[in-house]
Amino acid sequence: MADLPRRSLLAGMAALGASACARINDSETTQEVFKAAEDGHRVLHRALAGKQGLAKEFRPDQRSPTFRGNGSVTVADPFYQDQLAQGFADWKLEVRGLVDKPLALSLAEVKGLPQRTQITRHDCVEGWSAIGEWQGVQLGHLLDMAKVRKEARFIVFRCADLYRGQPYYESIDMVDAYHPQTIIAHALNGEPLPEKNGAPYRMRIERQLGYKQAKYVQAIEAVTSFEQIGQGGGGFWEDYAGYQWYAGV
Amino acid sequence: MTKHALSTRLWHWVNAIAIIVLFMSGLNISNAHRHLYWGHYGFDPADAWLHVIRFPGWATIPGHYNLALARDWHITMAWPFGIGVLFIWIAMLWNGHFRRDLMTAPRDWTPGAVIASIKAHSGAGAGAHHGYNPVQKILYGGVFGVLLPLMLLSGLAISPGSGGYAPWLVDLFAGRQSARSLHFIAAWGIFGFFVIHILLAVTDWRLILEMVTGGKRDDRDPPPPPQPENLPAAQEGVPAHG
Repeated sequence: MADLPRRSLLAGMAALGASACARINDSETTQEVFKAAEDGHRVLHRALAGKQGLAKEFRPDQRSPTFRGNGSVTVADPFYQDQLAQGFADWKLEVRGLVDKPLALSLAEVKGLPQRTQITRHDCVEGWSAIGEWQGVQLGHLLDMAKVRKEARFIVFRCADLYRGQPYYESIDMVDAYHPQTIIAHALNGEPLPEKNGAPYRMRIERQLGYKQAKYVQAIEAVTSFEQIGQGGGGFWEDYAGYQWYAGV
Repeated sequence: MTKHALSTRLWHWVNAIAIIVLFMSGLNISNAHRHLYWGHYGFDPADAWLHVIRFPGWATIPGHYNLALARDWHITMAWPFGIGVLFIWIAMLWNGHFRRDLMTAPRDWTPGAVIASIKAHSGAGAGAHHGYNPVQKILYGGVFGVLLPLMLLSGLAISPGSGGYAPWLVDLFAGRQSARSLHFIAAWGIFGFFVIHILLAVTDWRLILEMVTGGKRDDRDPPPPPQPENLPAAQEGVPAHG
């Protein structure tokens, strides 16, 4: 019988501990410290690497034998499935938002632009890595073609897939948008991008983690702020699960 | 003269908090992909050299699986940890703590020196010795010289952002997945040191108090090495090796 109060005391202490932890995690101060730490890493990375510091590129024989598909690996939308079957003949890549000359490019037009090929490592936030050869157009080239306006501060990628019922999207700042290795890839290891890896286009932002590498990209949007987009976090995972917007750590 | 310099004490407690949070949030992050690989890439559990257990909630920060929050804690505490490692190395080189207490000589690595240190540490009057014994020098030297820098550098190498400023870093570890594996191994090395360190510290609470107050250093010179003519063993009639 003497065991009962002690047990409830222990349970009470555990609950108190858990709620104290929850309070620490949710408190505004803690969130501000987390944000400052994240910003600090970004500022330090930029200071050390410069705006154009390149991520490591690999030799063809260093590629992983396959490239894992993660997150959405298929898109349910019937128009998408129809286009997938036809090699994306009628699929348009839009460049819009704060641009003077909005674009809607076909896959053939995108392939006709200057291309960059890079063999890079993809690092998932969970910890695993895969290496593949990507080919595509530099995002900076597309933004110049569309005459992006000076007030644009972020580039938002709109995706065709719904992940957990929500449209996937991501965003980067103008430094990463104009990084030489930031490309809209349409080929992986010399083949058209497979569906599981984001056909017809996925982003490559080589100094950040996998959740930034938006797949099934339909539109590239220049904005001053992403407060009005989604829940304002700047990306699906940022909104849905509180992931760090700067994914370079 | 205090036994522990202010820089040592400050770093000790800041680092203690940092490594506890880093370790426990690291176990939460480990739960996200419980397989370790060697080389530049690795995603297929069939290629893993180690399948890691799922760490229970009581061992992780936060106490349930939450990769975003665990990374928030990890990324935040990486700052005091990383700056602290640089700070304590500079302070130790500056104030002579490294040269005096941690730097080993070849004679410290002999089995005889190790046995003598263990005997001195476990027998009566343990702790009364002057300075650090060879085992302490080797253990602390291993932590400062190997484990802490390894944690810091492998942590930086795992971050994709480091590719932009130090692409050589990931090559130093022969790949990001190797760096990740070494990060995991070194974390458990530090955990092992932590357990031994606490067990030995709680045998004498004054040691813990001294790490707060600084304590008083025993400034008496160590007893001079006995000269052959003074050695009792050299005296007539006393066997050299009893």
